[in-house]
Amino acid sequence: MSPVNYLYLAALLFAIGATGVLIRRNAIVVFMCIELMLNACNLTLVTFSRMHGNLDGQIIAFFTMVVAAAEVVVGLAIIVSLFRSRHSASVDDASLMKL
Amino acid sequence: MSFPLLTATAAVPAIGAIVTAAVPAARRSAAKWLALLFSLATLVLAVVVGVRFDPGGDRYQLTESHAWIADFGVRYELGVDGIGVALIGLTALLIPFVILAGWHDADPEETGSKRWRPTQGFFALILMVEAMVVLSFEATDVFLFYILFEAMLIPMYFLIGGFGDRAHAGSDEKAAAQRSYAAVKFLLYNLVGGLIMLAAVIGLYVVAGNFSLQEIAAARASGELNMATNTERLLFLGFFFAFAVKAPLWPLHTWLPNAMGEATAPVAVLITAVVDKVGTFAMLRFCLGLFPEASKWATPAILVLALISIVYGALLAVGQRDIKRLIAYASISHFGFIIMGIFAMTSQGQSGATLYMVNHGISTAALMLVAGFLISRRGSRLIADFGGVQKVAPVLAGTFLVGSLATLSLPGLAPFVSEFLVLVGTFARYPVIGIIATFGIVLAALYTLVLYQRTMTGPVKLEVAKMPDLRVRELVVVAPLIALLIFLGVYPKPVTDLVNPAVGHTLSDVQKKDPKPEVEAAK
Amino acid sequence: MENLIALLVAAPLLGAAVLLCGGRRLDRGGHWIGTLLAVVSFAVGVLLFTDMLGKDPEHRAMHQALFSWIPVEGFQADVAFQLDQLSMTFVLLITGVGSLIHVYSIGYMEHDERRRRFFGYLNLFLAAMLLLVIADNYLLLYVGWEGVGLASYLLIGFWQHKPSAATAAKKAFLVNRVGDMGLSIAIMLMFTTFGTFAFGPVLESTSETSEGMLTAIGLMLLLAACGKSAQVPLQSWLGDAMEGPTPVSALIHAATMVTAGVYLITRSGAIFNGAPDAQLAVVIVGAVTLLFGAIVGCAKDDIKKALAGSTMSQIGYMILAAGLGPIGYAFAIMHLVTHGFFKAGLFLGAGSVMHGMNDEVDMRKYGGLRKYMPVTFVTFGLGYLAIIGFPGLSGFWSKDKIIEAAFAYDDGIRGWIFGGVALLGAGITAFYMTRVMIMTFFGEKRWQPDAEGNEPHPHESPRSMTIPMIVLAFGSVFAGGLFSLNESFVKWLEPVTQFEHPHPVISVPAITASTVVVLLLGAALAYVMYGRKEVPVTAPRGSLLTRAARRDLLQDDFNHVVLVRGGEHLTRSLVYVDHTMVDGAVNGTAAGFGGLSGRLRKVQNGFARSYAVSMFGGTAILIAATLLMRAV
Repeated sequence: MSPVNYLYLAALLFAIGATGVLIRRNAIVVFMCIELMLNACNLTLVTFSRMHGNLDGQIIAFFTMVVAAAEVVVGLAIIVSLFRSRHSASVDDASLMKL
Repeated sequence: MSFPLLTATAAVPAIGAIVTAAVPAARRSAAKWLALLFSLATLVLAVVVGVRFDPGGDRYQLTESHAWIADFGVRYELGVDGIGVALIGLTALLIPFVILAGWHDADPEETGSKRWRPTQGFFALILMVEAMVVLSFEATDVFLFYILFEAMLIPMYFLIGGFGDRAHAGSDEKAAAQRSYAAVKFLLYNLVGGLIMLAAVIGLYVVAGNFSLQEIAAARASGELNMATNTERLLFLGFFFAFAVKAPLWPLHTWLPNAMGEATAPVAVLITAVVDKVGTFAMLRFCLGLFPEASKWATPAILVLALISIVYGALLAVGQRDIKRLIAYASISHFGFIIMGIFAMTSQGQSGATLYMVNHGISTAALMLVAGFLISRRGSRLIADFGGVQKVAPVLAGTFLVGSLATLSLPGLAPFVSEFLVLVGTFARYPVIGIIATFGIVLAALYTLVLYQRTMTGPVKLEVAKMPDLRVRELVVVAPLIALLIFLGVYPKPVTDLVNPAVGHTLSDVQKKDPKPEVEAAK
Repeated sequence: MENLIALLVAAPLLGAAVLLCGGRRLDRGGHWIGTLLAVVSFAVGVLLFTDMLGKDPEHRAMHQALFSWIPVEGFQADVAFQLDQLSMTFVLLITGVGSLIHVYSIGYMEHDERRRRFFGYLNLFLAAMLLLVIADNYLLLYVGWEGVGLASYLLIGFWQHKPSAATAAKKAFLVNRVGDMGLSIAIMLMFTTFGTFAFGPVLESTSETSEGMLTAIGLMLLLAACGKSAQVPLQSWLGDAMEGPTPVSALIHAATMVTAGVYLITRSGAIFNGAPDAQLAVVIVGAVTLLFGAIVGCAKDDIKKALAGSTMSQIGYMILAAGLGPIGYAFAIMHLVTHGFFKAGLFLGAGSVMHGMNDEVDMRKYGGLRKYMPVTFVTFGLGYLAIIGFPGLSGFWSKDKIIEAAFAYDDGIRGWIFGGVALLGAGITAFYMTRVMIMTFFGEKRWQPDAEGNEPHPHESPRSMTIPMIVLAFGSVFAGGLFSLNESFVKWLEPVTQFEHPHPVISVPAITASTVVVLLLGAALAYVMYGRKEVPVTAPRGSLLTRAARRDLLQDDFNHVVLVRGGEHLTRSLVYVDHTMVDGAVNGTAAGFGGLSGRLRKVQNGFARSYAVSMFGGTAILIAATLLMRAV
């Protein structure tokens, strides 16, 4: 099977994730979609690593996973505290950052 | 290595600024005395510079040169010519008077200021400005000059915006709003000028490969460095624009009346007599020195703008109702004369212009500081609020009159010498412009005498009836300035001797010779 | 001997410095210091004069160089003095009359609390005026020129609490500044033409430049002279200048400062000799002013303003004579000196009258004063006879010569015109001076108690005031005859001003005779109008000409409408332009940016999703751009 197919799959996953980030309002779902996009990137990295015959891509993918895990910790904490203060996990309710 | 005299002259006020700022909050009067002490020390050093400088010697003397940002060819290069020495002298001379005149301007109990350590800040900022101005008169590296040219805006901004004139019409809030408007206007005008200059500085580096004034000028003179005509003109315009904002030249002048009107009188003196001089000085040193051909190309347009400044400034001064704004417009008229003298490109014009910078500094300082004393007594800046002061405070009125007469260039006082030189120098090459500029002397008489008449003569107004005459501190400020005005009016030779060779160098930069008189030419 | 020249200026300058900076300590004795230093200056002048008399006429000029004033490449201005016969004449007149007026002022200003300052200003004036006449170059002359303007400003406005005085002072300075502009342009022209503005080199090389250039310089010098000497069209300040104390009017606005224009033209004779057109302009200005001043003098009821009109007119004679060239210079100066005596005397007399009349200046409220003030009456009367040119007195000798020279201006029509004008002027002079004389000293008393019930008690003035008047009366009577004896004055000046005998279009005895007839006619007419019937206390409406003359022939109205109003409109509209357009352009730019940022701000709506969209959009554009660049 040609490695290019993996790239197609990654593109599809990324598109789903991006669409989810843009149209969903629930913070948890948005969060999951971001994870989806990150994993799509991981998949491309691994694919390219395979195509080029070295391990650089795979190493970066590990880094990404570590960073993503850290991000989940911080992100979920923010969402939980937001939920506590507003009793809602909708991202549209948190629009205080405008001028 | 010899003692770095020029660095020291700039470093003393800079150290003074830090020391003054560090004085504990409760010891305000210590801060005042320290500031005065440091400014006097600077004056001493400036005198030493004047003595060590040999007018007949090299063009740039007392030079210092150290690598600074090696990757971009930026060096810490200092050196002074006669013009620089004269202006350093002026700056160092005026600052002690500015400090003395502003002795109580930043006292919290007098101004009701709730600012953090206002007195220390006020005097530290003045010394900071002095340090930067002095260093900019010494810098022969374009980049170093640029940085100072921009950096002096910061302390000036705080001086204008933070320590306003207590005499104002209307509420405190309104006054504060006007003050911050004036400060922001000052900052924005000069920043825009500086921004355009920055582009030109970078352009110059691209073309010339370094920032050294002397190296570039030498390379241009020897033909090693050729600039395309258009490049030179664009770079010239970039530099000139910044200097014209600072000078200020019509129509870039509108920040000055606001800034001078809202600032306290000593700060207004600092603006017009000291900081603005950097603009005209830089025209002589950088515009003519780096871009001789473009300077000649732009001369007609600049002369016309200068002429407009002269007449327009004077006419607007006639129409003012606010004493300080009137003086500001008068200054605009005078800066027109200075710029006209520089670009007339004759020895008389440029010597006159340099002398004019010095004399205008002294005469405006005298007039503005007395006006400040007057205003603080009455608590109003409006001309109409005064009348008959002469009767109650004759000494104050007398000094105000002498300041006014200096402003209208009465012969016997210093400004006459420089104004006449500028007029003669301009007339020799451009008779029509010279004649129109002569109308300026009638208008100058008009606005100064109208000011004097309305404030000082006539029946005594009720509000001024108890006005005290000048106090000792105020007399100490004014008397030396007046003495200097008379001395330099009768015997300007010390300054002209200093300036003449430098002007000769500048003229040879642009390869211009004085026009020969008709009769001699016929021989 | 040469080294004493600087002392002429230094003595009064020292006085001015001491008196003005000395403070209240000198209030009691200050006037003595001032008077003493004026007398010192006079003594030095006399000393130099006797020294000069001992020398050969061609080598009398003395020179003293002090220091280099403005040394700039190609431009040399020195502080150096030149004392020749012309300057000497002025020095003696200035210091002599000046000293007398210092003495007079001691009495006149006795009750003024600012007397010390008055003497300081007087000394300042003396110093500046002396500098003006002994400078050896035009730029230094200019310093004196403006210096006397300053002193005049300070003295006219001496009673500053009166708004009218302050305004008059300002007006005098401003009008003079217009003239000064002429002088500074003349100096600039000299500099570009000759490369110098020292008298010697300029006046010796006038033949080397074109007539056009000389005409230009001459006209500019004439403008300067018009300002300082109150000639048409810059005469409007002199009448108002009478706001100053009377000794000031006598010294500055009659005897000395206002004659500086005559000095300037005579001194620059070489320039005018080479420029007939400029000379014609000078003559016209002189002729117009002598009629103008005389007409104004006829209509004024204020004694000082009537005398001011007369001064204007007499200086018109001098300017006219100076414009005639070598046939007139000497007579111009001679009339200047005799006029200095009798006009100063007349003003001091007027001051004495005012002193006794509670500072009343309206002649309609005088009358019959000869009984109360005999000394003033006699001295004033002698001055009166001198000014109208009564045969044998000073004015006769000098004015008659000017009329002769005016008739000799040209063989043809010009000689007749200007000679005729000068003759007519003599008649009008006799008329208005007789009017002044009759209204003041003859007839019945017309004064009444003022609003507070204070009736004036006319009395003779103290001796410090009468002695100077007597001395000046002597000068008014004898100076002219003395100068004309053996043509001594003309010969004295000849090495400086040159001299040619005038050849009038009609014979000299005929001119003299007609002058006498005209003056008798003028005096008789005045007697008929004012001596035969009672003078009304309130002025009658008068003819159109009278009303115009009372308003200085509408000059001030013209100035007010055209210059003052026009200027006000101009400055007001410029203030508006500066605020709305020049400043407005910048503020408009700022407002434009402000509006733009307001729009852009709306993009920041705080929704995370919209930020995400812009991120995705931006990324997409970046990728597309990269791909496109690759493709190209």
